[in-house]
Amino acid sequence: MAYDLKMRVWRGDSRGGDLTDYTVSVEEGEVVLDAIHRLQATQAGDLAVRWNCKAGKCGSCSAEINGRPRLMCMTRLADFHQAETITVTPMRTFPVIRDLVTDVSFNYEKAEQLPSFAPGPPDADGKRRMMQSDVERGQEFRKCIECFLCQDVCHVVRDHEENKPAFAGPRFFLRYAELDMHPLDTNDRRALAQGAAGLGMCNITKCCTEVCPENIKITDNAIIPMKERVVDRKYDPVVWLGSKIFRRDRREEV
Amino acid sequence: MSTGVHHGERARISGRTLREDRWWLSPLVTFVVFSAFVVYATWRAFSGEHYYASPYLSPFYSPCMGAQCVEGSADFGRPFSWFPYSPALIILVIPLGFRMTCYYYRKAYYRAFWLSPPACAVAEPHSKYTGERRFPLILQNGHRWALIASALIALVLTYDVILAFRNAEHEWGHMGLGTLVLLVNVVLIWLYTLSCHSCRHLIGGRLRHFSKHPVRYRAWTWVSRLNRDHPKYAWLSLFSVALADLYVYLLSTGAITDVRFF
Repeated sequence: MAYDLKMRVWRGDSRGGDLTDYTVSVEEGEVVLDAIHRLQATQAGDLAVRWNCKAGKCGSCSAEINGRPRLMCMTRLADFHQAETITVTPMRTFPVIRDLVTDVSFNYEKAEQLPSFAPGPPDADGKRRMMQSDVERGQEFRKCIECFLCQDVCHVVRDHEENKPAFAGPRFFLRYAELDMHPLDTNDRRALAQGAAGLGMCNITKCCTEVCPENIKITDNAIIPMKERVVDRKYDPVVWLGSKIFRRDRREEV
Repeated sequence: MSTGVHHGERARISGRTLREDRWWLSPLVTFVVFSAFVVYATWRAFSGEHYYASPYLSPFYSPCMGAQCVEGSADFGRPFSWFPYSPALIILVIPLGFRMTCYYYRKAYYRAFWLSPPACAVAEPHSKYTGERRFPLILQNGHRWALIASALIALVLTYDVILAFRNAEHEWGHMGLGTLVLLVNVVLIWLYTLSCHSCRHLIGGRLRHFSKHPVRYRAWTWVSRLNRDHPKYAWLSLFSVALADLYVYLLSTGAITDVRFF
């Protein structure tokens, strides 16, 4: 059954903008992105919005709905009262390009700074073998769709623009953890995670986990284990001594 | 107000947040409950009295090792007999350090007390943020040492529960409501201790090859299961330790008498 949805959508660009009120006809069972598309088709043909799959898998339609970072395609209208006004704004951590579209290149710059997977030589038959138990932790992290909602909500950069050069953000701590837990990787990225990526700036307040549309336990399964691995390397003399005496963990520090 | 969400290149939206839900409720509850616990624990720790009602010893004072320990409470002697203040102060620094550096408590008090941030997507009021890279917050990296020390305290509290299966005259084979209170408390403290993130790391999380360490891998899966409920155990054990102390206090002051089961 159709009803009229009241919306407030942020319209503007880097020079300025404002929340604009609209009333959009929507159907039961639709999501916020459907309402945005109808708005674009019927009232605001120049509304800029980034989207692609409409299935929560491409990570394109990240925005803030009633102040909370969410994917527009995964936010059901049924979650709101029909009389409620839904406010949609672009992500507030990144520079705005226009309307709901932001410039997320910060994240790609951080990705470039992260040394990629570096496996050792393959087995004699040319294959590389891993046990399932050795890779299942990393498989959770591979669910990441790079929507950058975790980056958007992280107060380290959201509330402090000046921290951006020194802080990679939760999405990349996920990647650091995935590589550090990988059974075939030969690099030791712990110093990099602590130094260049700014892992010590994270105060584990878990907002990244709260907003992750893939329900990845970013804080518990990636950031905290990575912090503990940094402690192994830097703040735990027993582990340090053990690694020297028993010559364990001979990875190459990058 | 920070410059973050109002930085020049970002969408110009007034207000620190557009959230309309009761985002302030959770940090407020945390603030009130933690503050109440701190006030209660400070009073009890400094009071130096009414912590032993034979055969029960308050968890705030266990192990009792100072000069002031009353008769029957010093099960491990008085190695700190030179310490002139309340014996709780000797020992409380360990569980305090454990909880202060705990990954869950850090989340809770950074949000509720530091407002850093008060809630997700709600701008914090600070103009500067450096995280846990500098003194004193860099000491959070010592959480595993606090874990090990706290596990030793948990062992002592377990011993106290065994001693609580006596009557007031120290004859074995008895049990009262106090025994049950101490037992529930120690179970919750063990659950909180073993579900700790550092414990999860030390027990097996630090390995790269689980397949080469099947026993540690199995232990890691158990601790990981517990770890999911770490916040719950943090809260429950906080309440249980305060209630256990309160029960001993009320017994010691004569306000109530212990219910004896057998």
